[in-house]
Amino acid sequence: MSNPQQLRYSKEHEWLSGAEDGVSTVGITEHAANALGDVVFVQLPEVGDTVTAGETCGELESTKSVSDLYSPVSGEVTEVNEDVVNDPSLVNSAPFEGGWLFKVRVAEEPADLLSADEYTAFSAG
Amino acid sequence: MGRNDLARHALGDNRPMSSTEPRLTALDALHRSLGATMTDFAGWDMPLRYGSERDEHNAVRTKAGLFDLSHMGEITVTGPQAAALLNFALVGNIASVAVGRARYTMICREDGGILDDLIVYRLAETEYMVVANASNAQVVLDALVERSAGFDAEVRDDRDAYALIAVQGPESPGILKSLTDADLDGLKYYAGLPGTVAGVPALIARTGYTGEDGFELFVKPEHAVELWQALTKAGEGVGLVPCGLSCRDTLRLEAGMPLYGHELSTELTPFDAGLGRVVKFEKEGDFVGRQALREALENLNHDVPRVLVGLIAEGRRVPRAGYAVVADGQVIGEVTSGAPSPTLGKPIAMAYVDAAYAAPGTSGVGVDIRGSHEPYEVVALPFYKRQK
Repeated sequence: MSNPQQLRYSKEHEWLSGAEDGVSTVGITEHAANALGDVVFVQLPEVGDTVTAGETCGELESTKSVSDLYSPVSGEVTEVNEDVVNDPSLVNSAPFEGGWLFKVRVAEEPADLLSADEYTAFSAG
Repeated sequence: MGRNDLARHALGDNRPMSSTEPRLTALDALHRSLGATMTDFAGWDMPLRYGSERDEHNAVRTKAGLFDLSHMGEITVTGPQAAALLNFALVGNIASVAVGRARYTMICREDGGILDDLIVYRLAETEYMVVANASNAQVVLDALVERSAGFDAEVRDDRDAYALIAVQGPESPGILKSLTDADLDGLKYYAGLPGTVAGVPALIARTGYTGEDGFELFVKPEHAVELWQALTKAGEGVGLVPCGLSCRDTLRLEAGMPLYGHELSTELTPFDAGLGRVVKFEKEGDFVGRQALREALENLNHDVPRVLVGLIAEGRRVPRAGYAVVADGQVIGEVTSGAPSPTLGKPIAMAYVDAAYAAPGTSGVGVDIRGSHEPYEVVALPFYKRQK
């Protein structure tokens, strides 16, 4: 599997896009989606919520498990992906595209986000 | 996603990891070549899923699925008093099972607690094969050996003597027919006969754990790869797919079949689990647990314990084993198994609930899903029954 070069990654297996007008998009990686199996339920933060880097902001349920969703950055949620709420299988079929989770106006970004190559090495280890 | 969450949950099983190296089935290399996600299950490294577990589940319901179940524990009991030993050691009337037939039964402790649920195949007048859950195989073996004292019968550990491959689903009879001359039409549900499949000697059993028609094939481990490949080829045109333990769990849950460690435990008698019919007091002679089970049956009349029911979610959050069932602001039960049901399209669960809330349609019942009370409908089991 290949992790898009233009994204950055957390060790909790979220990805973060580059900011457009200060707003970045967040999702989970293909590695994480594969590990979870078929995602059947997604609970996301609400628009206007403040999320904090490294803290839980939602949850993902698959057939066998439930996992917390952690925000890779701190900021205010500006949009959530209603398509993925209605059809959680998008997380499996298009984790880096149609399966994005929410957008956030970034207030603060942790210094330890990984590049695509670093994350590829990390998730293989 | 937390790393620990991934590590913990993606394993798909809540049993503790074994401290020793996992055991590998004869099909291990084949699973890896198929890209299976593997999981530790009762000390075995087993396929959890190959691709989408939902697709695997649906294939078994509508076409066919192929499973490696070699972790199951086979124990052979032979000798002039094999039948008498099993009648003493197990709660069922095993002596009455005809040669070539199988029986679902249980082995209990002296206090009536369930040690395991079993399928017993009568292979010959004086030969039976007992199939135990992987997690309990040693316990069952030890109990049978101990209980065999004084009987003219031999208990043999045959766990390494067999690989077990299951073909399940409506297309499974056609697939198997193309590979064997055995009389499959004459092979009824819960029957087993020795035969040859794809040139390989096999015990062909019409049993399963999916709620569908299907077969379980017990073969020597050295024949497992050959048989798997022949079945794969025979099923190519009719939608047969390899299936992992994840969909096996959702298939059995929809079919309302209990799983040891979830619906069954040493804390429960067969009567507690709603499976008192497996206990045969009328059989000849004593059996381990008879007195305690007789008392458990009599107690049922005036002291109704919790009852095993089905729950169907109105929402989309999934109940998991151990979650509390709530009503009227009180905990009235506990979920034993829960999963999103591919067939119903909703989360479902089995749960033990207080008898007052066990009637189908009881209103106001919910499951506490991590602090939030989600509404659930109480239904009779099973959730799914195939059209015959």
